[in-house]
Amino acid sequence: MKNKILLFLSVIFLSFCFIVLYKGLDNSNIYTPKDISKKTLNKFVSREFFSEDMINSEEIFFGNKFYILNIWASWCLPCREEHPALMKLSKKQSVKLIGLNYKDDIKNAKKFIDKFGNPYSIIITDVNGTISIGLGAYGIPETFVLDENKKILKKYIGPLNDQSIKEINLLLK
Amino acid sequence: MKILKSFLIITIFIILTKFSLAEEKNSELLKIKISKNIRCLICQGQSVYDSQSDFSLSMKLVIEKKIEEGLKEEEIYEFLINQYGQWISYNPEFNRKTFVLWALPVVLFLIGGVIIFRKLIVLK
Amino acid sequence: MLASQIGYYSLILSLFFGILIIPISIKNFNNVSQKIDTRIISISFLQFFFVAISFFGLIFSFVNSDFTNETVFNNSHTTKPLFYKISGTWGNHEGSLLLWLLVLTLFIFLFLIKSIKEPKKYRIITLLFQETIIIGFCLFIIKTSSPFNYLFPEPTEGLGLNPILQDPALAIHPPILYLGYVGSSIIFSASLAALTQNYISKNWAKHIKFWILISWFFLTLGIMIGSIWAYYELGWGGFWFWDPVENVSLMPWFCLTALLHCILVLEKKLFYSSWILILSIATFILSMSGTFLVRSGILNSVHTFANDPERGIFILIFLFVLIFISLIIFFTFNKDVHQQSIKISLLSKETSILVNNWFMMYFLSVVLIGTVYPIFLEVLSSQKISVGPPFYHKLIIPFLIPFLIFMSIGPNLNWIKSPIKKIKIQFFLIFLISILTSFLITKKFGNINLLNTILIIVSFYLFFITIKDFFSKENINFSQKISHFGFSLLILSILLNSIFSSEIITNLKVGEKIYFNKTTILFESIENTNSKNYKSIVGNFKIEDNKNNLTKLKPEIRVYDYPFTITSEADIKTNLYSDKFLVMNIVKGNEYFNIRYQVKPFMIWIWISTLLISIGGIFSLFRRLHEK
Repeated sequence: MKNKILLFLSVIFLSFCFIVLYKGLDNSNIYTPKDISKKTLNKFVSREFFSEDMINSEEIFFGNKFYILNIWASWCLPCREEHPALMKLSKKQSVKLIGLNYKDDIKNAKKFIDKFGNPYSIIITDVNGTISIGLGAYGIPETFVLDENKKILKKYIGPLNDQSIKEINLLLK
Repeated sequence: MKILKSFLIITIFIILTKFSLAEEKNSELLKIKISKNIRCLICQGQSVYDSQSDFSLSMKLVIEKKIEEGLKEEEIYEFLINQYGQWISYNPEFNRKTFVLWALPVVLFLIGGVIIFRKLIVLK
Repeated sequence: MLASQIGYYSLILSLFFGILIIPISIKNFNNVSQKIDTRIISISFLQFFFVAISFFGLIFSFVNSDFTNETVFNNSHTTKPLFYKISGTWGNHEGSLLLWLLVLTLFIFLFLIKSIKEPKKYRIITLLFQETIIIGFCLFIIKTSSPFNYLFPEPTEGLGLNPILQDPALAIHPPILYLGYVGSSIIFSASLAALTQNYISKNWAKHIKFWILISWFFLTLGIMIGSIWAYYELGWGGFWFWDPVENVSLMPWFCLTALLHCILVLEKKLFYSSWILILSIATFILSMSGTFLVRSGILNSVHTFANDPERGIFILIFLFVLIFISLIIFFTFNKDVHQQSIKISLLSKETSILVNNWFMMYFLSVVLIGTVYPIFLEVLSSQKISVGPPFYHKLIIPFLIPFLIFMSIGPNLNWIKSPIKKIKIQFFLIFLISILTSFLITKKFGNINLLNTILIIVSFYLFFITIKDFFSKENINFSQKISHFGFSLLILSILLNSIFSSEIITNLKVGEKIYFNKTTILFESIENTNSKNYKSIVGNFKIEDNKNNLTKLKPEIRVYDYPFTITSEADIKTNLYSDKFLVMNIVKGNEYFNIRYQVKPFMIWIWISTLLISIGGIFSLFRRLHEK
């Protein structure tokens, strides 16, 4: 009798394990934080790209309905791919594009802008990557879509594709 | 007798562990210690200490800065977990969701102890 | 191309033989003859033989850089050195599965030859269970992971092998590990067979002990080689990271060690046969689960193979089929009759073995739960957590203390019981010596917290006790002496190494020097050289300590072409007392190099002690063969 109960319990337990493992197979291994979207962007201090003056994030995020913070570098190939999309977005009146130049050589970054165009209202530099970590970024390219209160509406890890552009356009209405 | 002794020993040591985990005073060593406990988020299963990726190098600088600012070890973990979620810390926090993780092995140990104890008592 | 075709058809052929052997065995089972049909042994040999041919077919494809073979294309390159072309065969998912099959078929053949004196029916049922596993794997390989997929048109060049895998230790690590890991399959099959035939007895224990020892020996060695590789190759001075794939090899080891200890008792007298069966079944089930966890992509790890959902589902179903078969057989055939008649006195060797099992199962549960819990949590609550070294250290280290104490006292209980005062004094005296030694160490180096101090005391206690055993006139078997001594040395080396290691990380450019712990580190120069498939930058460093001892270290940075990877090769100078470890990394856009210098005491003792533990096992094998 004891044996039968034990067997029954084992079968139940193992079936449970099987189902969990089966479902676990579908889970993506890439961690995309979900709740982050409800947070506000942290304050930071950085250097302005052209003037090399120190500038505060309060001064940057001022006076617009929407902001897009895009992390890029001249050595980053996917950044080149998403660049045309950024150029298009920069034409919209409601949004201010902010570029965060990540671990880049100033000369190379300037060459990049000259060659491909500058979609950003303002560019700031993050020479050692610490500012990006302060914002909770993973790497490059990465794009934050923010509202007027610096609340993060959406975060894109990796280059912007057609799907993300559509989503952004919807958000900006 | 032996089993009772072992229960006693184990309880004492679990309590001792809570009080014996020394605080790292040296800031360089503290940076190393923290970076071993933080996951490199763009790598496949490496800690920030073990990785040379951009993310890890920047992370190490951030940890160093936070130590300089005077934050304690626990506060630095809190800051990073706040930014990136629990996934970044290799030390799972003890809460309602992870309570089974921490408690189950010990519970199994105690059950095992009881089973053995009863077998021995019965046969004595 | 021909080699791949031969490989593919050999594999099919071996599947055919595997299926063929079943009706012949069943027929032999039912007939009156006491002898096993020699045809069965021949067919099992053919099954192994054709898997071997298939395996060699794959090796030849790699050696010839036959890129019409998809596996070769994905994992090799014409400029790879020959040695790594060969070892690359099993450095990938498909090839390593073929290695799995090779070991599975080898072990059943060897089992049939070696078990001549065993009952025929038992041998046949073992064969049938093993064939279930073999056929399952064969189908898995052919259907989802064939190493012989054809690519057309032939690519001119392959994608190359990850440079990290191009290392001698990594070349021998899978074969040795698999001999242990996969070898536990025969213990599984034989135990289930013995259960159905009601053959669990002292004779069976003597016979199965051989297979347990073989599996345990190779598993211990395999894990050790994996750690050695990680230490020398991965570049950061660690040798164990509690990475899921490492954990997966450690879990069967706990089971096997517990099983080994139990079987030693069963050899001499009746012991908890149900529990022994559970351990035998669990060991292989853990191996299979490990294969699932590692190859299905469900876990995030440095070591994971490329994954594919179809493969994951196949292994998962296969695994649970095996589990359910074992469950049904166990509950159908297991008799509790024996349990009542086992009498154990409280302070006896048998109790010590039970305590050993108790702790082994605890350590196993910590590693198992730590490894799979994140999966369960994510499925049930969509929350992702990481379980790493802090978790394992917090749960394992405190329990090591009572474990080491029991390990010191347990094997010697017969003598503790004895009324002779001299022996009790001996034990107490050794305890005092341990405290003294630990006190001296703490005094000299200072700054050791309470937990570590107690750990040092009990580790020394076990260490001295096991040394005393070498001189003792008592009837302790030699293999136990070596293995237990080896284990005490292992714990001691790991402990002292982790407490007394020191490290500095800094950026230096050529010509600079830095002071660290009474030593000077001078970055003399760099040299650029070219090798077969990489370019290298070698740094020349001079380490001088305050006694004017000079050490030269030459860490290297390698830039591989195919695939484009940059690796850092540490330079390690080893001696009996400590290792000096130096690794160098490029700092982007700079003439500076980031260097990490570590002094790691007693590193080599960690490897020596693990080797001693395995040697103890081999001694036990030789003793048995000698006795015969």
